[in-house]
Parts: sequence; C-alpha cells; structure tokens
Amino acid sequence: MDNFLFLTRLDYTLIVVTLGAALLGTVSGALGTYAVLRRQSLLGDAISHAALPGIAIAFLLTGSKTPLILVLGAAVAGWLGALAIISIVRLTRIKYDSALALVLSTFFGFGLVLYSLIQRSGNANQAGLDTFIFGQAATILKRDVITIGILGGIALIIMLILWKELKLLIFDEGFAASLGFPTRLLDILLTSLLVIAIVLGLQAVGAVLMSAMLVAPAVAARQWTNRLNLMVFLAAVFGAFAGVSGTIISSSTTGLPTGPMIILCATLFVGLSIAFAPNRGLIWDSIRQHKNRRSLKIAVGRLMEGPQQESE
Amino acid sequence: MPIGNLDIILIAVTTASACALPGVFLVLRRMTLMSDAISHAILPGIVLAFFLTHSLSSPLLILAAGATGVLTVVFVELLQKTKLVKEDAAIGLTFPALFSIGVILISRYASNIHLDIDAVLLGELAYAPLNRLEVFIADLNPLLLYVILHIQVQLQGYFSFSFDLGPMSLYVMGVLLVLNLAFIMIFYKELKLATFDASLAATLGLSPVLIHYGLMTLVSMTTVGAFDAVGSILVVALIVGPPATAYLMTDNLTRMLILSVVIGCVNAVIGYWFAYISNVSIAGAIASMTFIVFVLVFLIVPNRGLIAITRRHIRQKWEFAQTMLVIHLFNHEGLPEAEAESEVAHLHEHLQWEPTFASRVVRYALNNRYVSQKAAQLILTDRGRTIAQQALVQ
Amino acid sequence: MQALDSKAIEVTDLTVAYQETPVLWDIDLDVPPGVLLAIVGPNGAGKTTLIKAILGLVRPAAGNVLIYNKPYATQRRIVGYVPQRGSVDWDFPTNVLDVVMMGRYGALGWIKRPGSRDRELAMHALEKVGMENYTTRQISQLSGGQQQRVFLARALVQDATIYLMDEPFQGVDATTERAIISLLQELRENGKTVVVVHHDLQTVTDYFDWVTLLNIRRIASGPVKDTFTSENLRETYGGRIAFMKNR
Repeated sequence: MDNFLFLTRLDYTLIVVTLGAALLGTVSGALGTYAVLRRQSLLGDAISHAALPGIAIAFLLTGSKTPLILVLGAAVAGWLGALAIISIVRLTRIKYDSALALVLSTFFGFGLVLYSLIQRSGNANQAGLDTFIFGQAATILKRDVITIGILGGIALIIMLILWKELKLLIFDEGFAASLGFPTRLLDILLTSLLVIAIVLGLQAVGAVLMSAMLVAPAVAARQWTNRLNLMVFLAAVFGAFAGVSGTIISSSTTGLPTGPMIILCATLFVGLSIAFAPNRGLIWDSIRQHKNRRSLKIAVGRLMEGPQQESE
Repeated sequence: MPIGNLDIILIAVTTASACALPGVFLVLRRMTLMSDAISHAILPGIVLAFFLTHSLSSPLLILAAGATGVLTVVFVELLQKTKLVKEDAAIGLTFPALFSIGVILISRYASNIHLDIDAVLLGELAYAPLNRLEVFIADLNPLLLYVILHIQVQLQGYFSFSFDLGPMSLYVMGVLLVLNLAFIMIFYKELKLATFDASLAATLGLSPVLIHYGLMTLVSMTTVGAFDAVGSILVVALIVGPPATAYLMTDNLTRMLILSVVIGCVNAVIGYWFAYISNVSIAGAIASMTFIVFVLVFLIVPNRGLIAITRRHIRQKWEFAQTMLVIHLFNHEGLPEAEAESEVAHLHEHLQWEPTFASRVVRYALNNRYVSQKAAQLILTDRGRTIAQQALVQ
Repeated sequence: MQALDSKAIEVTDLTVAYQETPVLWDIDLDVPPGVLLAIVGPNGAGKTTLIKAILGLVRPAAGNVLIYNKPYATQRRIVGYVPQRGSVDWDFPTNVLDVVMMGRYGALGWIKRPGSRDRELAMHALEKVGMENYTTRQISQLSGGQQQRVFLARALVQDATIYLMDEPFQGVDATTERAIISLLQELRENGKTVVVVHHDLQTVTDYFDWVTLLNIRRIASGPVKDTFTSENLRETYGGRIAFMKNR
C-alpha cells in the first residue's frame, strides 16, 4: 500500500517531470534507432561527454542559466566533438574506437577545468552543471519541458520528412550517392538530429547514462520487428515508457535517483525483449532448436528403422 | 612548494604510467571502448566491496571491482554472442546499467558514508595525498620495530604510535604499475602475437583468449586503482591518450610502450602545473593536456604529421601531375589519335585540368626534360618514357 | 544511324588516386551501346574504383566520364547500379520489397514516398529475378544468391539504359548464377548496356561479348574474341595464369 501513496501525491511538479521524461524518452528512443543501426551507439556517449565544456562556456559567456542557451552551447561542443572524432579517423592512423575514447575523455576533462573555474567564482550551482553530468530529472521545469517539446518535435518532424532519404543513407550509402542524394549533407543532418536528442536528454539522465537512453529503446525495439518504421515507433514508445516509469518509481521512494531508474527501466525492456520477443528472442530460439532437434531425432529414428524393415 | 604537490605529481606520474602500458594494447586491439565501459561499470563492485570493508583503499576493494570489470567484459561478449545486439550497442547498454545500479546503491544505502559519485566519476587528485598509508607499530616485526623506533627516536625525539609512509594511492598505483610491467614483460611475445595475429597465436598454442582476459583483468584493476585518484573518466584519457599519441610516432611496439609512458608522464606533469598555477581541476587539466599534446604531435611529427603530409602533398601533387602527363602521352604514343592527344592547347580538355594548372605541369615537365615540344605537340623524351613505364609497372 | 557512333560510356584519361597512391592510371574506355561487358583484372586492379568513378562516387585526379556524351550528373536517371553485396548490413530491419523499392527513390526525388505504382514496378522486377514469393521476407533470412537477386531487382526497377554491377556473381549458387546471366543477356537483347566487374576468367567467353582487361591501367578493351587473348591476360595478371594458355 505504501508504494501506491505517491498516486495521491501526483502533484504539479511530478506531472511536469514525468512529461519531460516521457518527451525525452520519445525523442532519444526514435533518433537512437538510427545511431544503433549505423553502429554508432557509442557516438552518443562521446557527444554527451563532449557537450560539457560547451555548457560551461555558454554559462561563462552569458552568465545565464536559460536552458536554451545551455543546450545551444552543449550542441555546439557536442558537434565539435563528433567532428574531432571524424577528423582524427580520416587524417590519422588512429582507429574509430580510440578517437572516440580520446575525444570523450579529454573534452569532458576540459569541461571539468571550466567547471572548477566557475566553482571558484562561487556560482557553480547556478550553472546547474552538476545536472548535466549526473542528470537531475527532478529539476525539470515547465520551461524545460517546452524547450524539449519544441526542439525534440522539430527533430522528429525532420526525421519524418526525410524518412526515405535517411533510410537509404543508413542502409546503402553508395547506392544513395549514385542516385544523386547528397550523402555527406544527409550524414551531417543525421548527426545533428542525434546531437539535439542528446543535449536535450543530458539534463534528465546526465552525460554518463545518456548513451543508454539512445541505445536501449532501439535495441529492445529491434527484437520485436523487422520493419524500420515499426522499430522507430516502438523505440519511441519504449523510451517514453522508460522515462515515465523511471520517474514515477523514483518519486515513490526516497533514495532512488531518477536518471539511473530511467536507465534501469530501459535496460529491463531490453532484457525482456531479448528473452521473450517472438522470432528473435532467446526463449523462442531455444524452443525452435528443441523442436528441430526432436524432429531430427524422429527423422534419424525413421532412417534407422528403414533398413531394418527392409532386411526383414 | 608545499610537500603535498610533490605527492600529487608522484601519484599522477605513477598512475599515468600504469594506465599507459595496458592502454597500448587496447589501442592496437581496437578495444579502448572497453576501458570506457569498465571504468563506469566497476561502480557497483566498488560500492559492494565498500559495504564489506568500509574502506576505499582496501585491496579487497580493488579485487572486487576488478572482478566486476572482467564481468562487464564477459557480459558484453555474451550479449554479442546472442547475435541480437551488435558490439557497440552491447557496450552502450551494459555500462550505463551497471553504473545506474552503483549510483542507486550509493544513494539508497550509503548516502551518509564517505563515498560520493562526484569523487568516483570526476576524482580529485588534490585530495589523493590526504589518504595516507599509516603503519601501526604493533603490526611490525620486532627487528623492524627496533630500527624504526631507533630512527624515530633519533629524528623526532619522542615516541609515536603510527608512522607515515606516504600517500596510499601512490602505493596502490605503484603496485599496479609493477604488475602491469611484469605482465607485459613476461608475456610480451604472446601479447604481441595475439594483438597482430590472433589466429596464428591460437595455432601456435598461445591461447589468445587467456591473454585477452589477462589484459582485461589488468585494465580493470588499474582502472579501479586509478579512479580514487583521478576519477573514472580521466582514467580513459590516461589509458587511451598517450598510446594514441605514441601510435602517431612509431611502428615499433617496444618504442610505442616506452613513448606512451613518457607522454603520459609529461601530460601529467604539465597538466598538474597548469592546474596548480590557475587553480583548476587537476584531473581535468591533465585530460585537456592529453588532447593538446595529441594534436601537437599530430601536427608536427615527421612523416605522419599533418604539416609533413601537407608539404609532401604539395610536392607530390606536381610530381604526380607530371607522371599523369607522361603516362597520358605514353598511352597514346604511336596511335592515330596521338597528335590530337598531345596538343598543348587541348591538354586541359583531355585531362580535365584547369588551363593554368595544365600549362604549369607542362612547364615543369619541359624543365625536367620529360617531354620536348615540337610546334604545338608534346613529345615524350626517353627519360619521360622510362618514367611512364616505371609508374605503370610500379 | 546516330546510335552506332554514340558511346554509352566514354572514359577519357581517367586517373584516380587515394591520397598519393594511384589506383587507376590514365584510363581510356569506350563502351558501345548494347554490349555485355566484363571488367576483368587481379585483386587491387581498380575494377570497383573504375565503376565508382563512372558513377561519380570517387573524385578523379584527372580525366573525364561521359554517359551518352553528357556528364553523369545529368544522366543519373538512365544509369542503374548494383553495389557489392557485402557493402551493406543485411541485418537492417527491412524486407525484400522495401529494398527493391529503393531503386525508385531516384525517380521519386526528395521527400515523396513510393506509391502503388512503385510497388507494382518493384513486384514486376521481383518476378523477373524469381523472387516474387519473398516480398515480405526479412533480408537477413535470404541466402547469398537471393540477396544478389534482390539487389539486381532493385537495379531493374531503376529502368535504366546502362547498368553497372560490382561482382554480381560473388558468392552465389550455380542456379542463381545461371539465372543472373540469362537476365543480363536479356537486358542486352533489349538494347541495354551492362558493365559487370567479374572475377571468374573461365566464364568470360561464355557470358560476355565485350571485355576490358584492367590492372591499374587499361591493358585492352574490345570484343571478347579479339581481346581475351592469352597475351593480354598475361600482361594483366603477370605470370600467374599459365593455365589459361591453351584457351
């Protein structure tokens, strides 16, 4: 009974936070699908860490804590991080994984330097930088929800408008280019959409956990369908569900931080999907294997019986 | 300079060296993201071990967290084996989940104990020397006790029950450095072979799987040892940065190992001094320095650096164009269309070159006596013909 | 007869280099309309690069490509492309019909979604390659030969005049290979030009009527019976094909 007490406390703040988390889950779930399909799951991790210095610089320059300004700073820095990774891979012999890890950790380190500068000037909490490192869904305000709604909505609309082009880009880039689609430009656009999803999500789940917000809903969705449109839709739904359930569970008990709860919910969806999804799921698979083995046994049995009958 | 600074530098340099050594193999084996995953995923291991030992520097803690790290690797590999999840997604799923469990454990059960996520994630080198290794005299054997007492009495003139042997992190990282060094020296041949040709290593009976998990165990333990001092994200910079920088400079594995350690130490010292002067986060400054040094090396390193590449590019652009010209003439030599193809005025049309570019290439080729000009025609010289033939044969 | 002296593909003095390493040196190549042409050469000879350069997917250091006397960018709609099968992730969440419909994307242009007419065209192409019963099959559940047929159907649906195909026989079963070659020959009978990167020297004379021998530079190009000589082959492959001598 105690656990359901929170229902009576469904107050305004909780509604705002839940709504924000649901929106974030939707946006990052849908756009994360593209990252997972391009095998760039960890690019999200790098961008979310690389965004930190951007937030700090935006605050240092403007002294403002307006979410739009901080998100803009985060987006610019996140983009630079992605660009740095691509350039390192293209210009040096360093491989993708090393470039990613290098940019992720060093950009984040630079963010820490700036953060300690702000801290020294005594208004660290104002900058809300902690929020962006660890995530603090509970601090989501109405204006944050509006920012998330507008920016995330724009990103999703662009995704829907260019559905066919983006699908072709991910599936077969060379063929897309031969048809005359500007693949480089589409690539930049897709990365930009990913950056938007990430910088929006930072505030709720933080830099460390953001990658799971992108990856988990998409991986869960992939198990249930073989169609891209359904996968994107399911990923958005799973993302939203993870956001809502994580927020509500964490608000029901003390000592359960929201960001990690959201991630655990999303991971739970992955676990359930991998286990139970029809066709692809592990349980389904083992049943099928069992059946195959049995029918094989029967077939072998018949074969063994065959000659005996003949000899009789 | 207060003595704390020297301690910090010592810790930073030891940590950087200990991280750079296994990092070399991670970079070469394209597994650096595993270190990112491990550095986050060990959190629940640290927390659980902390509940048992109530100490952040107990060896048990390092072992437990190290085990969690190896478990992470195993888990990621298992996920991949289902063929339902690709490697990058498997990593991106596993470590946030484990990290989340760690965060929840802390905030639910350990909020009043000294263990906060800030410290785990960000680290603060400045506090590392505060945790001292103190030896209680009663633990020591009588002979040592006598010696220590003797010195103690002579030095300070009064009796003390405990004895400061330096910062704890220094010892932890020192031991890990020695472990890493020993592992690499003992299994150098096996590591090298497993890195560059895993299948050959397997056929020679040098189990690459064993080497793989050995390396992962070391990476996990090093990461745990280092997180206390520098935080889990800087650990990644220390593991990946110096080896990646060294990889730009050399092809030789031994040299790469040595260079990585040197670069790691340089980054640590310069980063520390910058942080000290401008009073900012030490861990952050070392990480930033890691990137700056990487970029600097990338710019200036001979042969592979950007400056060297660009200069070579410009030089080769003209050489290449001249080769293209002689090959063009060579291919059409003696054929009916040769006359049209070798006309100076129409060269830029055939090769789709800018007219100014084309005339400059012709001028160079004439200077080098690759071609000679007869009226409006370009004619290959013997020298030019040899060059064309050589280029085609390669 | 204007068609006779116009060239389907005209490559002049094409040089392509990745960084400073030349991959193709000063290639001249004329492909007359209505031929079935094999591009043959050892590994690393630049066969795929040549196709990609014709399609404008790699930028040449020098030289020019014309499709029916016009640059490729203006002639995209009459060129169909079959990339190497291994160049895509076959675990992508999509089905056979959907992949084939991608061949219509160029004609559709931006934003517009494929409609019922595109679906019909795709179905028709699938029938041509004998895959009409697999329309809703997830592409990862196809055999190598079936995957290749799907790629071929995607090119057919482009309704092109010129087809460029990168190793369409790579890793396919014998039945599929026969089906593909009869399809290519049918295309040629209908006046299409088909350029195929090919690996198997044994089948060149049976399958193709034109051949281009390539090894960084163009060794020879022309009708198979004049061009596919042991002398030219030796020049293309070096000393490694003694077994071809008695051909």
